[in-house]
Amino acid sequence: MSASTAPATTDQVSAPPPTELAAGDHRRTLLGTALQSVLAVVTALILGGLLIAITDEKVRHAAGYFFARPGDTLSAMWHAASGAYAAMFHGAVYNPDGATVADSLYPLTETLTVATPLILAGLGVALAFRAGLFNIGAQGQILIGATLAAWVGFSWHLPAGLHLLAVVAAGALGGAVWGGVVGLIKARTGAHEVILTIMLNYVALNLVAWLLSLPGFQREGSSNPVSPAVDGTAMFPKLLGDHFRLHWGFVVAVLATVAVAWLLERSTVGFELRAVGANPRAARTAGISVTRGFVVVMLLAGMLAGLAGTAQVAGTEHSLTSGIAASFGFDAITVALLGRSTPWGTFFAGILYGAFRAGGVTMQSMTGTNIDIVLVVQSLIVLFVALPPLITFATRRSQEVAA
Amino acid sequence: MTTRRFRTLGALGLAGVTGLALAGCGAAPESSGDSSAQASDFKGCIVSDDGGFQDRSFNQSSYEGLKAAEEHKGIKTSQAESQSETDFEPNLTSMAQQGCNLTVSVGFLLADTTKKVAQANPDKHFAIVDDSSITADNVKPIVYNTAEAAFLAGYLAAGTSETGKVATYGGMDIPTVTVFMDGFSDGVKYYNEKKKKDVKVLGWNKDSQNGTFLSSFQDSSKAKTVTQNLIGDGADVVLPVAGQAAQGTVDAVTEANKGNKNVRLIWPDTDGYETLDSGKEFLLTSVLKEMSKSVEDVVTQAADGKFDNKQYVGTLENGGVGLAPYHDQQEKVGAELDKEVQQLKQDVIDRKVTVESKNAPKS
Repeated sequence: MSASTAPATTDQVSAPPPTELAAGDHRRTLLGTALQSVLAVVTALILGGLLIAITDEKVRHAAGYFFARPGDTLSAMWHAASGAYAAMFHGAVYNPDGATVADSLYPLTETLTVATPLILAGLGVALAFRAGLFNIGAQGQILIGATLAAWVGFSWHLPAGLHLLAVVAAGALGGAVWGGVVGLIKARTGAHEVILTIMLNYVALNLVAWLLSLPGFQREGSSNPVSPAVDGTAMFPKLLGDHFRLHWGFVVAVLATVAVAWLLERSTVGFELRAVGANPRAARTAGISVTRGFVVVMLLAGMLAGLAGTAQVAGTEHSLTSGIAASFGFDAITVALLGRSTPWGTFFAGILYGAFRAGGVTMQSMTGTNIDIVLVVQSLIVLFVALPPLITFATRRSQEVAA
Repeated sequence: MTTRRFRTLGALGLAGVTGLALAGCGAAPESSGDSSAQASDFKGCIVSDDGGFQDRSFNQSSYEGLKAAEEHKGIKTSQAESQSETDFEPNLTSMAQQGCNLTVSVGFLLADTTKKVAQANPDKHFAIVDDSSITADNVKPIVYNTAEAAFLAGYLAAGTSETGKVATYGGMDIPTVTVFMDGFSDGVKYYNEKKKKDVKVLGWNKDSQNGTFLSSFQDSSKAKTVTQNLIGDGADVVLPVAGQAAQGTVDAVTEANKGNKNVRLIWPDTDGYETLDSGKEFLLTSVLKEMSKSVEDVVTQAADGKFDNKQYVGTLENGGVGLAPYHDQQEKVGAELDKEVQQLKQDVIDRKVTVESKNAPKS
């Protein structure tokens, strides 16, 4: 991210320096960056496959007599890597061994289910990127959104429909407050949003842990840190029947993507945000309030992450625990990066990461491949996404030095 | 500059290739077909909680139990590690879909999900470690009456205490923790009655069920402070029931011994002599929960087609709980006290002495 940044300005309320991501308006560069993303994923998968092959026990055994019969090693490597990826495909897209069509398609719905919070939180991070803000706080925003959503879900008892609306509104509000605070402090004092959001993540985590030890929040008759289950009326209905975990939260994620795309491309607010992101000083000269932009974008980013928290509570988990956000808030940063901070790019990157998570489950249980491999592949993707600007930066520097 | 860097890289690369070449010089095995034919079609599976299978505690022991069954019975196995609580349901569902005949869930955190997945898959069997809340035809709870083993540890602690004070504390105020503390304090009480002594227990009051807790299984710095306070109050034997946080107690005990105090500790769950990196020399004994053995038993039973939903309770009698050897503290304990402890163990098994705890699983 910071690879392409210019030297920091000393202006008190200035955003971090403009990034390439924010400037990607041209169709040509957009196509170029999309291609880069795809290449990053492919390269990461190949390297991940090598890693799977090297760490495989059969491969190591066959490598012991590599020069006597090299074919053994190579075929063992191929089996290890292709087996692991085939299992991942089974778990993420289509299971050919399923007894019914529903069973076969179960993995795909599972991918979309896991992708839902990733897309929503990813959109929040991407939106902040576009305004030049590095929002690391999705994790905390998800947690607070989930907390408020859960509280409305289990303590208010409203008729069906209305209850779900209240839960969604509460989740969005919780996230918006947690994100908006960052925008406000940054606008008022110039404090850096990276520090603020990281710290607020800790505050959120400990706040939830503390709440879950209070009588009103802890499940009755239990000393474990788990909230009561939310009412049935507070849950997103299942999208494809009870056999699948996929719920209407996914539709919310699609709608959110459309909304963010409209906001960025068609609305005045979106134009102002992009202007602030591209060059805050120019934006100010043009009469755009930079400080207002920070507050607005962090409110919206937090709201989207809060919706991700709502999707967790009211979609899959039913009750609040301190582990409800898993690592979605941090994965969301990667998702936004891979999606090049465009709404639809983020949407598809979210689905890809959902597929990794869903497929990883099957991969480790079917082939015994360590689940950490998935994390390695995800990290490699980030590395390769960041690599092209890094190389450009490095070559430009060396040219300058040579000149 | 650049050339030198390349030369270094080249040298490194050459060394690497040579290493690989040397490593690859073994003789190829004769191809004799696949000799490792599976002796059984039974598939036993396991899902960890978010501690993972390398937690040096109950996930690891349970996993080793399944692996032992794989080795001894020739069954197929599969495992899934949960990285967070949101992974429980996908992991358990995946196991059921893959045709696992028996899936072991490790830890009470998985109780809600296990119940749900077991209901959705009535033709599959499940077992859950450390939780007895589920009553279903296809779920077998595996729990431990740790109070019995902790009772022996309490007696032993009281018998070796020079200051007349021993201590225990917990990670969280939950039954699987307090059952240790109940047994420990009863063991001390029994010693007092038999020997007409007045050894005190710090950190836990069985009658009021009040005591010292960390509210965490990870916070080892808090564990250290708590232990320092207990030692400061005069305790010279400490039983931490606090998972990974108990490392703080090891540190505090080690420091106390450097400062001319003679303090020892008792490790919970596994034999600390095998799992601890340091401070082993101060280990009096360990209160063992033999999860590895019981998981192996349950899996083996199911593989033999004898699955039942009856709760398995680990006791001194069936070897599900026990005391570890004294290792370096053998001399300190002495032959006489050891004999008394062994006798006490037999008495508990023969029900001549009853160990009661409201936190113990009901059998």
